[in-house]
Amino acid sequence: MPASLVQTDSLLAVNIGTAVTRAVFFDVVEGEYRLVASASAPSTTEAPFHDVGEGVRNAINNLQTVTGRTLLNADHRLITPFQPDGSGVDAFVATISAGPALKTALVGLLEDVSLGSALRLAEMTYTRVVDSAGLNDHRLGDQKIDTLLRLQPDVVIITGGTDGGASRSVHKMLEPVGLAGYLLPQEKRPAVLFAGNQKLDDEVKGLLGSVTSSLRFSPNVRPSLETEDLEPAARELAGIFLEIRQRQLKGLDDIANWADGNVLPSAYALNRMVRFLGQVYPGHKGLLSVDIGASAAVVAAGFGQRSTLSVYPQFGLGENLPALLQYTTLEDVLRWSPLDVSTDVLRDYIYQKALYPASIPATKEEQAIAQAVTRQALYLAVQTARRNFPRSARPGLLPGFEPILAGGSALDDVPTPGQSLLLLLDAVQPTGLTTIILDKNDLLPLLGAAAQRNSILPVQVLESGAFQSLGTVVSVTASAAYGSLVARARMVYDDGHEAQAEVKYGSIEILPLANGQSAKLTLQPSHGTDVGFGTGRGGMVRVSGGAMGVVIDGRGRPLVLPGDPVRRRELVKKWLWTVGG
Amino acid sequence: MLAPVLHILPLTTIARERVLPINGQVNVRLNQKVSPTDVIAETSWAREHVLLDVGRALGLPPNVADRLIRCKVGDGVPAGAVLATGRGVMPKMVKAPRAGKVVVVGGGQVLIEVGETHMELRAGIPGSVVRVIPERGAVIQTAGALVQGVWGNGRVGTGIMVNLADKPNSVLTAGRLDVSLRGMVIIASQCRDADTLQAAADLPVRGLILSSLFPALLPLAREMRYPILLTDGFGSLPMNSAAYRLLTTNVKREATLNAEKFDRYSGARPEVIIPLPVSSAPAPPQDKVEFAAGQTVRLRRQPASGMIGTITAVHTELTMLPSGLRALAADVKLENGEQALIPLINLEVVG
Repeated sequence: MPASLVQTDSLLAVNIGTAVTRAVFFDVVEGEYRLVASASAPSTTEAPFHDVGEGVRNAINNLQTVTGRTLLNADHRLITPFQPDGSGVDAFVATISAGPALKTALVGLLEDVSLGSALRLAEMTYTRVVDSAGLNDHRLGDQKIDTLLRLQPDVVIITGGTDGGASRSVHKMLEPVGLAGYLLPQEKRPAVLFAGNQKLDDEVKGLLGSVTSSLRFSPNVRPSLETEDLEPAARELAGIFLEIRQRQLKGLDDIANWADGNVLPSAYALNRMVRFLGQVYPGHKGLLSVDIGASAAVVAAGFGQRSTLSVYPQFGLGENLPALLQYTTLEDVLRWSPLDVSTDVLRDYIYQKALYPASIPATKEEQAIAQAVTRQALYLAVQTARRNFPRSARPGLLPGFEPILAGGSALDDVPTPGQSLLLLLDAVQPTGLTTIILDKNDLLPLLGAAAQRNSILPVQVLESGAFQSLGTVVSVTASAAYGSLVARARMVYDDGHEAQAEVKYGSIEILPLANGQSAKLTLQPSHGTDVGFGTGRGGMVRVSGGAMGVVIDGRGRPLVLPGDPVRRRELVKKWLWTVGG
Repeated sequence: MLAPVLHILPLTTIARERVLPINGQVNVRLNQKVSPTDVIAETSWAREHVLLDVGRALGLPPNVADRLIRCKVGDGVPAGAVLATGRGVMPKMVKAPRAGKVVVVGGGQVLIEVGETHMELRAGIPGSVVRVIPERGAVIQTAGALVQGVWGNGRVGTGIMVNLADKPNSVLTAGRLDVSLRGMVIIASQCRDADTLQAAADLPVRGLILSSLFPALLPLAREMRYPILLTDGFGSLPMNSAAYRLLTTNVKREATLNAEKFDRYSGARPEVIIPLPVSSAPAPPQDKVEFAAGQTVRLRRQPASGMIGTITAVHTELTMLPSGLRALAADVKLENGEQALIPLINLEVVG
């Protein structure tokens, strides 16, 4: 690489989560950027600390211990830039997901058009939609005002009208927002994002400018009926999210100053990285990223130039956890458990965990329950996000992805790579051939934030092996009887020796292939079976190794578990045992 | 590592900020003594609004309608009051459908607030006003015993404490609630059925201190008009021994049960306050401590959720837990005599 392309600035990146704050240090090692070290500390957004900065400083302190470098001065402020005595760091960026989901009201015209876009936009950050008003809403204006006064949303997203299109109807929809804003005390007024007919910008400014905490405009999310462009509005919404967080969370102002304004919502930064990766590593498949933690489950997917981002606080594993039961049953959660756990115990677990979002499973039983809950929450998040993906060749299944990246604090709480892989296979249910990569240090959002300061760093860190490849996965789609042969696999290693496997329906087979190694994998499916080359088609492909080697998941898609609980638990135990227990 | 602290203290200084959600009138002055039920501040707001489109009603453009509107912002209007009269021999009239106050006039419309709601903010604890917060409320300070809980149903009550929990893990049943308990704050342990909550409401009691409650009963518990506080959580958890001991040694004393909702961001927690006479103000509770050997701790999760123990050693390196996870952890001698390795994140210091 030409020297001029390498910026030699060191960079400290911090991700502030609901439960954990992580600090990661990047520097140039032998001419290329590397992840030097990572450390974490419990987040301190909540009582009694009430100061985001305390958790950030603790994480940086722990990083100092690991690296032996001095990053904070005697006043616990960041030393920047890098000093001749070896202390400090050249640049700092931060991402944040901590804090309660923003109460969001949507205002638009047609349910399937502008309101649909408003909802997809709201789902691009940590929001909870509390009200939605469109043309089909038969509430009177005063009822809409009273609803807004009662709910006191943090944000109102207004869409509607194609550019040059409807303006009177949009104007009518603005009135309740303006009047409610006028009636609310100043400190409780919502921030408003107007992402509708651009011709109305001046009118919106006149109507709402003085009765909102912040008024932002973005290009129309629906410039025409057929076109949807959420990205510019998502950028503005990210800005609103940070403005609100800075008001809500003490200490974030300081962190934003350290970062010279380079603070992003974690999900937004993660999506930026997914989009970037989709462009850097183009392929015929999409790229999928899943992240699950205390604040939300985040699903981001890149399909060439297009990307989708869905943030689901309702599937977060922290204080919102009891809300998961509005979307699923206790029985559906327990289907993933290898242990015989009663629904009462699970319910108690869910409520107790919500009291202490940062707590971790200390016993084997709690570990089994925690993983079952994570599986179901992530499964629901992926299934919900799937509606935004291009249609799969097989209805009801995910399209092919390469690779699948997984992160989040919930996956940190899984003790072995095998258990992480099995959890992801169960929850995501990928199809065909894919590589599954674990982002143990939650680097993706941090690299997304770092990309604003340093465009070389993310590429070099990605290529440096900072992520843990769990292995190459072949997910078999078949309609077969349990135990019947669905595929044969033969792998030829670079040194010439071979490994073979016969894959039976309902089983998982593993062919060892260490990290950094590659091999030729030949797959021959049975009649009616798809192993990623099309139904009934075999093929040969070069595969890379990982912590679990090459894993052939012969359990079918969608994964259907036996109804009999005893037999189901036996199977789950068997699969767990296959991936190393 | 910084430790969260659960306050279970036999004698401490307790200061609590009590504020209205919106501006209002503060009724107390500095150093004034207050009882838990004293109204320290009050305010009113409109529950509903009525938006009248005068322009549309009169068939006139907004700017013309504005000139015909007879009321102005701040006017009180009785039901049926004429707000605007159109033109012509038989002019149309726009009348107020309900009594209220005009809050907005313009654009050919009138917005009236109706259905005023009055809110009274009670002191919640007995004590002295140590700070007045203009238009919002006050800080009240007292001395006494303090027991914090993990869940509350949002109500406040005061009464003499009676103990119905023979053991920390006994189960309260409706049959144990007789008329002699009317007006009392009841110390119990677990509650497993709706009948018991309802029987307590029927008496009524002034409050219920429970160790745990079945999650399925939470909706009903939220509806109860008396305060309910959980010391330990959900399911069938016994009361932690520190809370049990402190509460049961204070029976027959008056206690204030402020079953405020647990808000992890503001720090508001449900709590029992038992005012005690003191000659000088005792030390206030400590909110921030570092984990250290010798501390009394409460386990937040399994293997002994809610149990009290003592830290015998804090591991400085990541340690493998029975679940297979590696985390910063401490050796804890539990009160049942067993030794357990517990991740620090699952502990809270009692003090």
